[in-house]
Amino acid sequence: MSKAILYDSTLCIGCKACEGACAERWGLPYNDKIAAEEKISAHKLTAIETHGDRFCRRLCMNCVEPACASVCPVGALQKTALGPVTYDAGKCMGCRYCMQACPFQVPTYEWSSRLPRMRKCNMCYERQSAGKPTACAEACPVGATINGDREELIREAHRRLAGKPDQYYGKIYGIGEVGGTSVFYLSAVPFEQIGLRTNVPQEPLPETTWRVLELVPDIVSTGTVLLGGIYWITNRRAEVARNEGPRTHRKEPRH
Amino acid sequence: MRKLPGITVWRAVFAAILAAGLYATYLRVFYGLGGSTNLSDKFPWGLWIAFDVMCGVGLAAGGFTLVAMVHIFSIEKYKPILRPAILTAFLGYSLVVVGLLYDLGRPDRLWHPLVMWNPHSVMFEVAWCVTLYTTVLFLEFLPVVLERFGLHKPLEWIHRISVPMMILGVLLSTLHQSSLGTLFLILPEKLYPLWYSPILPLLFFISAIAVGLAMTIFESWHSSRSFGRALELPLLMSMGRVLAVVLSVYLWIRFLDLSHRHALAILARNRIETWLFLLEIALMVVPTVLLYQARIRSSPGWLYACAVMVVFGFIANRLNVGTTGLEAGSGTHYIPRWSEVAVTLSIVAAGFAIFRLIAQYFPIFEAHSPQPEPVEIEETEADPVGAR
Repeated sequence: MSKAILYDSTLCIGCKACEGACAERWGLPYNDKIAAEEKISAHKLTAIETHGDRFCRRLCMNCVEPACASVCPVGALQKTALGPVTYDAGKCMGCRYCMQACPFQVPTYEWSSRLPRMRKCNMCYERQSAGKPTACAEACPVGATINGDREELIREAHRRLAGKPDQYYGKIYGIGEVGGTSVFYLSAVPFEQIGLRTNVPQEPLPETTWRVLELVPDIVSTGTVLLGGIYWITNRRAEVARNEGPRTHRKEPRH
Repeated sequence: MRKLPGITVWRAVFAAILAAGLYATYLRVFYGLGGSTNLSDKFPWGLWIAFDVMCGVGLAAGGFTLVAMVHIFSIEKYKPILRPAILTAFLGYSLVVVGLLYDLGRPDRLWHPLVMWNPHSVMFEVAWCVTLYTTVLFLEFLPVVLERFGLHKPLEWIHRISVPMMILGVLLSTLHQSSLGTLFLILPEKLYPLWYSPILPLLFFISAIAVGLAMTIFESWHSSRSFGRALELPLLMSMGRVLAVVLSVYLWIRFLDLSHRHALAILARNRIETWLFLLEIALMVVPTVLLYQARIRSSPGWLYACAVMVVFGFIANRLNVGTTGLEAGSGTHYIPRWSEVAVTLSIVAAGFAIFRLIAQYFPIFEAHSPQPEPVEIEETEADPVGAR
């Protein structure tokens, strides 16, 4: 059963307990100065953003078909059956294609390090593997972030929308976006008003490159026959011209 | 009297560029990408990818284009300019690897894609193609070195595998020249619609052929000046013709692409992207129109000017796709830091210098060939009585 996170912006009080729990889980420093930074970075893998009197939480969407995992040339990023998209820093060579490809601009980089790594939330893969909830969901005092089975959370989100239709913008962010994510958002206002990207495609991004990449064997095999054939034809012509044309003493065939 | 001051000025510029590049290298090594570039989480690729890699690979495309023309299509008249094109390609790819060593966060892991596979990644395919093709280029260039030192045995071995090797080289080039465009297909909402197109791979491939031809004209002109050789004008004239046709096809496909995607209307927007796009297109349209005129093609100066325009049009295109076209979609601005520019200029300068050195000491421009020249045949044919 695949796991997911449901973040309900209408319940969030902006206490940033999730940020502190996340920093503790990754062993990252956390203080007032870092708490004031309203964006994710290599030392802050989740962040509460303020949009007027509303809050929005940013973290890795752990997409169902992640662009980052599809573009990684060394397979350092993997979509696990459990749901989280994990990262193996030991494989990463730092090409940063994952950062470029992510439609949510989630992966961040240790720019000032001499041996840099990419950093992102992995939905507490280790904790969830051991049957525990994510650190952020455990820390949230008001239940704005909850963690559970993906299908169950989608049902829960629909229940909330149906129960209080006047308090919610009637959509769930994360169901259709890039073919589905493992983090869902509920909001009182349209999602772009709380800083979420609403121009992302509604189908999985890996398709866009795979459509071309899957042609590689065809191109190689057809190309070999075509180029080999052209060589055979043009060189036969040259050979004939050489043998029949001049009556010189050159008779060795071309190599 | 004309040359001496020029050389000193160029040497001073060269030394200044290398000095700046060295200091930038120090910053890169000791202060990381953060201390040497203006890259950020929102803008992870900059000049080193867009120029050093994307332009570098494209500007080296003359190698595979000429190998295909001379050895596969057997248009043997282009043979005298084959070697400089192969040398440019080999140098170009080697310098792309140098550029990558600067850009990768962990350059010590450059080899990882060769053992840790992800066939779904375009970058993985590019890594394999570039590695294999650089090897092919090395083998295609090796005969020059072997001839220089009179090593005939290994020369024979290379000749034995040369045909499959050349076909492999052309295939690998087709794949990765286009794949550099495929890299950006995964950014449909990020790359500005004037550049984002499902046929980016095809556009990258055709423009690489065009710039490969342009670079061949470019370096023939330069080498004729610096080595005091006669310019292969009839050759370059017919190459100008080929270039005009390739450019026309490219421009026509780009027009069709924009029109089918209903993207022509966004040209009416007064945005920086519109102007950069028009600049890029103008740098391709002007030489195309010029090259259709016999008067232009037969003038070495104009031919050279056309080649330079195509090269700059190509560079503008790759920089637009790799940087400026991504700014709006990434919600940020990017101007390369001086140290990024210094490294890039150093790599280009080193390329020129190494080319010159090799051309001076190795048989690059002597149209040496172990095979009979068609020109000779024509001459004997013209005088059949004498041949008897």
